[in-house]
Amino acid sequence: MYSIDLTTFWAAIIGFAVMAYVVMDGFDLGIGILFPSFAVGDERDQAMNSIAPVWDGNETWLVMGGGGLLAAFPLAYAIILPATYPLMIAMLLGLVFRGVAFEFRWRDPGHRPLWDVAFWLGSLIAAFAQGVTLGAILQGIHVVNDAYAGGWLDWLSPFSILTGVAVVIGYALLGATWLIWKTEGTSQRHARRAAFWLGAGTLLALAAVSAVTPFLDYDYWRRWFAMPGVLLTAQVPLLVLICAATFFWSLKREFDRLPFLMALTLFLLSFIGLGISIYPYAVPRAITIWDAAAPVESQLFMLVGACVIIPLILAYTGWAYWVFRGKAGTAGYH
Amino acid sequence: MLDNLDAVILARAQFAFTVSFHFIFPSFSIGLASYLMVLEALWLKTGQGVYANLFRYWLKIFAVVFGMGVVSGVVLSYQFGTNWSVFSTRAGPIIGPLMAYEVMTAFFLEAGFLGVMLFGMSKVGKGLHFFATCMVALGTLISATWIIAVNSWMQTPAGFAINAKDQFVPAGSWIPIIFTASFPYRLVHTVIAAYLTTAFVVGGVGAWHLLRDRTNVGARKMFSMAMWMAAIVTPIQILAGDAHGLNTLEHQPAKVLAMEGHYEPSPDGASLILFGFPSNEAAQVRYKLEVPRLGSLILKHDPAAPLPGLSDFPRDQWPPVPIVFWSFRIMVGLGFAMLAVGLWSLLARFRGMLYDWAWLHRACVALGPAGFVAVIAGWVTTEVGRQPFTVYGLLRTAESHSPLAAPAVAASLVAFVLVYFAAFGAGTYYLLRLMAKPPAPGEKEPPKVPQRAAGITPAGSVGVPLTAAE
Ligand code: HDD
Ligand code: HEM
Ligand code: HEM
Repeated sequence: MYSIDLTTFWAAIIGFAVMAYVVMDGFDLGIGILFPSFAVGDERDQAMNSIAPVWDGNETWLVMGGGGLLAAFPLAYAIILPATYPLMIAMLLGLVFRGVAFEFRWRDPGHRPLWDVAFWLGSLIAAFAQGVTLGAILQGIHVVNDAYAGGWLDWLSPFSILTGVAVVIGYALLGATWLIWKTEGTSQRHARRAAFWLGAGTLLALAAVSAVTPFLDYDYWRRWFAMPGVLLTAQVPLLVLICAATFFWSLKREFDRLPFLMALTLFLLSFIGLGISIYPYAVPRAITIWDAAAPVESQLFMLVGACVIIPLILAYTGWAYWVFRGKAGTAGYH
Repeated sequence: MLDNLDAVILARAQFAFTVSFHFIFPSFSIGLASYLMVLEALWLKTGQGVYANLFRYWLKIFAVVFGMGVVSGVVLSYQFGTNWSVFSTRAGPIIGPLMAYEVMTAFFLEAGFLGVMLFGMSKVGKGLHFFATCMVALGTLISATWIIAVNSWMQTPAGFAINAKDQFVPAGSWIPIIFTASFPYRLVHTVIAAYLTTAFVVGGVGAWHLLRDRTNVGARKMFSMAMWMAAIVTPIQILAGDAHGLNTLEHQPAKVLAMEGHYEPSPDGASLILFGFPSNEAAQVRYKLEVPRLGSLILKHDPAAPLPGLSDFPRDQWPPVPIVFWSFRIMVGLGFAMLAVGLWSLLARFRGMLYDWAWLHRACVALGPAGFVAVIAGWVTTEVGRQPFTVYGLLRTAESHSPLAAPAVAASLVAFVLVYFAAFGAGTYYLLRLMAKPPAPGEKEPPKVPQRAAGITPAGSVGVPLTAAE
């Protein structure tokens, strides 16, 4: 009983880490995805400046999600990663280009256009690979004897491509709304225009993914539409609608922060939706979190640290954001 | 079966490639973070502009190195799952929590304070900025501690039980898991290695600029600091390496015999083979040049002490001797070359010609990259010497890998090679370009300080740019 609670708790911590990653690196990657649409010069520099001091911390949540999964649910880690092998490699290589571009573009003005392309492509590939991975997990992974038993392209399906596109659009929305908050002048106007279309695109993509998911498996269907659960699950789409309305209203009224907060809320709601579909599986319909769990000793050992350290991390991360609060300027680099 | 075997070899090649590339960057960033901390402390203490200038000079270089360390490290943390899923399932309950602690205590610390360290000079007070630098340096050391604990557990596993699912699980306390027999030796040797690597890069850059202009204040300062490190720390590293080797002889004797090239037991004192060509097929070292009894003197501190040979071990437990034999000699050779330079610099200092002895400067330029080579050679010795196991004596490498098709791994390996050479090749070129510029008074901050909107001025911000301190 005791260990069951612990396992659920760890699922929550890892869920939190993944969520933190998705929204935080989401806006970094989103800015990368939108990068070619910014004018060379001030617009690009401002966009880059608005995330340069924080992207590394944001990306660390990805390491936390992966490392936490290995530590708390080694079996899930060892099944999901081989099953999505090409996607993982593509994501990692994309992140390599994205990460080095931050420094390199300033180091080598002669090749800045090249590194800008690397920044864009790296971000795009990483985001798309993450989205396709989500689809691959939702549609199910072929597991025999606690090991991945499929081929190396099993993840590829129309549905996983759809989730890939959805995540790209969603990240771009986060990026655009972040820029509304952090920039001014033409950059901000540009971001506001983009956010309108990206908001519409995100909602459309969300609707498409939500419409298809229940048909992937009866289990998903049951979770969303059977009485009396539907009374609860129906709240999620309802909240999405309210959130969407607020988003468009805040764009129109030219608020600086509200669009970003609404985009975050939209992601949070989607995440809750995913939770409803997946819980308590670690690998949907094959391995539950209890099957995958590391022994109590391992989970307990980490828990002690996590309870003390994660709040500390949040505190100094918050401080670092606060240091760089306000609008990102264009001046200061030569 | 053949397909299966290929996938293992490819996965090993991929891991060896990505981990070796990764470690090039940490071995520099661990040392450089501490060096920057020292420079900033000296600046705050003495107020001398030369320290502020050197700080800014190396900070730009640090930003590039650190970025490459981060992206290559993220790759590694996922490679355990993508390529070594069986290893991950079975050893995950032990190594997973250690790596999770690394993320929580080290990576977040480094990343959280890095932004302030790189861009925050004009936003927070000097004290807070120094604090950020210290936190980054501390983070790199904490990170080294945890990952070395993981690696040492794989070398000399302890404190575990095996459960019904065939997993390694903690047998009770975590203390024996973290503090395994080889952990203290490996940690000390690796951290010193990072400091030495940095010292020789800094010394090489200083020497390069001294060869052009002996009066450059920054070049003189960094060269002198680096030479103190070389003179004091290299002997410590050699002693640490010796102790490490004795410890390994106790816990992984086959590895040491491979390093030494001893196929046959030597009942009355082993020789020290200086050079030769080992061959596992022939089970002997061809064309060897050896000093009688010196081997036993070094390893047992007694010239007549008997030593076993690899032939005392089952053949399927032999590591690939030629690789280990040579990588070990490269590391040790470079260690002694570093020692020679350290002693030379003492002589030069004593004679008052530290900044004028062009041959010393040339030698330092030549040894500039020596640390990287020694570090990689050291890791190759450690890791290849552990073969054929991933968890020494308990889990074979051939049983650790993921159920992946060879073409998938081959394709990813090619992709890694292409991307790494392109991205990190460019990075290395930028680093060399930064280093080729002499440190000038009035170094600028990294050229992309993100700005805050006018009007919100945080308390304690330094109004005067650092350069004014010169
Ligand atoms: C002795 C030190 C040492 C060793 C043996 C390793 N690393 Fe490393 N690693 C570091 C020392 C370090 C560091 C100094 O902490 C780095 C280098 C640059 C940096 O950003 O942090 C780092 C970065 C770094 C990152 C990025 C952290 C971030 O997002 O900020 C990850 C995920 C890893 N490493 C993972 C690994 C794995 C899985 C290894 C083993 C196979 C490994 N490292 C070997
Ligand atoms: C950064 C420093 C390190 C370097 C340079 C390094 C180097 C290597 C090399 C060269 C190999 C290939 C050996 C072979 O295939 O024969 C290897 C394998 C391996 N190493 Fe390390 N290693 C490092 C740190 C680590 C750490 C810290 C761990 C554990 C967390 C680790 C775990 C492994 C594993 C799992 C393999 C794969 C199995 C194998 O092929 O041996 N390594 N490493
Ligand atoms: C000249 C004297 C040296 C001796 C006798 C020596 C000895 C050793 C030994 C025995 C090992 C393998 C330990 C094992 O896996 O069991 C080792 C590993 C290693 N060496 Fe050295 N070493 C020397 C110099 C250096 C230098 C100058 C550097 C770098 C600047 C260096 C860096 C490393 C690294 C990074 C490793 C792998 C990590 C580890 O196992 O500690 N060594 N060394």
